[in-house]
Parts: sequence; C-alpha cells; structure tokens
Amino acid sequence: MSDDHVYMTLAEGHEDDTRWAYGTGFEDPLHGVDTTVPEGVDAAELAAVCVALADDALVSAQRLAEWITRAPELEEEVALANIGLDLLGQARLLYSRAGQADGTGRDEDAYAYFRDAGDFRNVRLAELPCGDFAFSIVRLLVLSSWRLAHFERLASHPDPVLAAIATKGVKELAYHRQYAAEWAVRLGDGTDESHRRMRRAQEQVAPYIGELFTAYDVRDEVVADIRQVTAAAGLPMPVYRPLPGSGRDGEHTEHLAPLLTELQGIARAHPEATW
Amino acid sequence: MVTTLLDARHIAAQVPDPELPMLTLADLGVLRDVEVTEDGTVVASLTPTYSGCPAMAEMRADVAARLRDAGYARVEIRTVLDPPWTSDWITPAGRRKLAEHGIAPPGPAPRAGGPVALVLSPTRHAVTCPRCGSADTEETSRFAATSCKALWRCRACREPFEYVKEI
Repeated sequence: MSDDHVYMTLAEGHEDDTRWAYGTGFEDPLHGVDTTVPEGVDAAELAAVCVALADDALVSAQRLAEWITRAPELEEEVALANIGLDLLGQARLLYSRAGQADGTGRDEDAYAYFRDAGDFRNVRLAELPCGDFAFSIVRLLVLSSWRLAHFERLASHPDPVLAAIATKGVKELAYHRQYAAEWAVRLGDGTDESHRRMRRAQEQVAPYIGELFTAYDVRDEVVADIRQVTAAAGLPMPVYRPLPGSGRDGEHTEHLAPLLTELQGIARAHPEATW
Repeated sequence: MVTTLLDARHIAAQVPDPELPMLTLADLGVLRDVEVTEDGTVVASLTPTYSGCPAMAEMRADVAARLRDAGYARVEIRTVLDPPWTSDWITPAGRRKLAEHGIAPPGPAPRAGGPVALVLSPTRHAVTCPRCGSADTEETSRFAATSCKALWRCRACREPFEYVKEI
C-alpha cells in the first residue's frame, strides 16, 4: 500500500479490510476508552441524554447531506457537508456511550439503523425538510447555538465520557454557529428577496424552538446569540409560539419516517451485511 | 525482532497521516502515547482531530499494521478523547512540512474553557501565503476538503491555498 498519495490510498484495496467511508460494522468509536459509569451517575438518564443528542446530530447530518449537489455554491456544499460530518461523528460517540450506559450493549448501528421513528428522540426542528437555503441557515443557527451552549454545560458532566465528547464538540460547534450566523447576517441584510426569505424562515422555525429548552436550561445563551444575529441582520426577534408535543417524547412530524427510510434502507434490506 | 519501547514508539510515530500524508501521526499530534505492557502488548493511543474524522479507522489500522510488520505480535490501539486534540499539538516539524506542501499551518488555538463568544464583526486574521509569503490573503471558505482545513486565496500571487484551522 502506498502512503504517499491519499487518492491512491483510497482507491487501493485493503488487505486488512479497513474501510474509509461510512457504512456499518465499524469498530466502536470509543474503543479503549474507560467506559465505567461512575457512581452517582444515573445510567438510564445518561443513556437518554446521549440518545437525544445523538438523534439530533444524526438527523441533522442527514438533512445537511441533502444539500450536496444542491447548494448555491460549491463552497457552501463543502461547508454544510463538513458540518454534517462533525455531527455524524458526535452521534457515533454518543450512541456508543448510550449503549454502554443503558446496559444493552447496543452499538451505533443498532441505534442508527434499527430503531423506528417513534423511538427517535431528536427535536422536530432537526427533521423538517431542508426548505430553501434561508430556512436551512436559520435552523442551523438555532440548533448549533443551542447545542454549543448545551455542550459547554455538559463539559462538566459527572460522566467523564460524555464530558469529553462535549468538550471536543464545543470546538466544532463554535465553527458551525459562526457559519450560520455569518450567513444569517449576509442574507438578512442582503437583498429584498433574501431578507424576505429570512423572515419567512424565521416564522417557520419559531414554533419549534421551545422544544429545545427542556433539560439544562440554556435559553438565555441561545436568546442572546439570536438577538445578536438578528440585530446585525436587520431582522426581528422570532415570535415565540410553541407547538404542542415534543420530539423528545417520540412525537414527530410526518417528515421523520421518510428520512429514516432513506437512511436505514440498505442496512435493513441486508441486516447481516457490512460495507 | 524488535522489542524495546523506544522502537515501538519510533515505528508508530513514523506512520503517515492518511489525509495529510506529508505529516506523520506524531507531527499531527494525534499519536498521544505508546507503551509496552508487561505481557509485551504494544498499546498505542490515538486521538481524533475532529469527532467525525473519517480517517480514524484508517489511522488505527495503519499503526497496528506497521507495528505488526515490525514484529510485535500483540498490538492494541486505544482511542483517547480527553484532552481533545488541538491544532497547537502540530509539531514545529509538522508545521514546516505543511508549509512546504502549500498548506498554511495554523496560528495559536483559541483558549479552551468558558463560553465561546460569537463575534460578527470582521476579524483580521493574518495568514501568510505558503507559496509567495505575502500576508495579503483572504478566506474563501472556512470549510474545505478535510475537516481540519479552510480555503484561502492569496491576493498577491492569486493562488488558492489550504490552511489548517485553529481548534
């Protein structure tokens, strides 16, 4: 195997069966990490926290990947795909931690591919269709701002594994929020059309924001971020009119099941296969 | 057959990064530790640059393969997440090699800990063009072909270049 050219390396077969891209049956991303759940940490609660955060990330990553070949410019496609990749990585770590904590020993594939929509605990905002670029930017701003503030708190969680995943994630999420915030300002303060689209996107996103604020209340941080961005963008603060129900309780929109059908199709058609 | 810890460290440290093959895993700062246990198992610890870095599986396999080829029968590759990787761990040799290959090395990483402030005003961030050395450069995208890089261009020599982000 040649090591001096990355594309050659990718194209060559691997005798040791190493696979580069995503699929099923990968080695546990927490392999070699001390996975003992410390005394005083409620294991079931820890697992639930990890699953909710992993589901947010997995579903968001899937939506972000839908922009590939459809974004306004190649650079934005690369950016959205990179953000999705970071979230996918966070999801893998969190699913692995959930499987250790809840005592089932389930791996990341079991969580990602073999649960139905009613078992997912992501917020509904993550599963809504991509809409236009303005909608995806407003959604990304809200989700990344919330996740960043939430991860900053989780960095001092008594479970050292979740704390480490969060500490690492903070660095990535700061880039995600920055990207969304800069685009929100550019579009809000752009043309009449981009401003109108941003206003519409805000109205579409607003009913779903409340669902985020259940545990670890980071509402103040998120509101401060949105206030800062809307002020710079010449946009109003979104009007807070929460919808009943919550994705955190497994209540989802009609959009989650088709997303999962696409995500899980191959794994379910060939449940023993690895690729 | 090699048996010493020094040898095992040296072998693991020489493994190239799959995405930035001009750097070794030691240059990149992702090889955190190599030790030999009492029963002779070589335990190498790796940390991912980003949570979603798709090269992690490849890195693990490459380190294990090199050590086995060198005669170590029992090899274990561990993942460490804490402390998280920072671009500050790229060694001076690694930075030099990046620049030689047209990739601008990162500046100092932002201080970790405490809330990360959202800054919307344009920030002056001096990145030197690795090709012509001009400081007259601008960012074209904060995301690039791999998680750890951004896209920049030089206004002096007009060439685009990649830049390893600070995290």
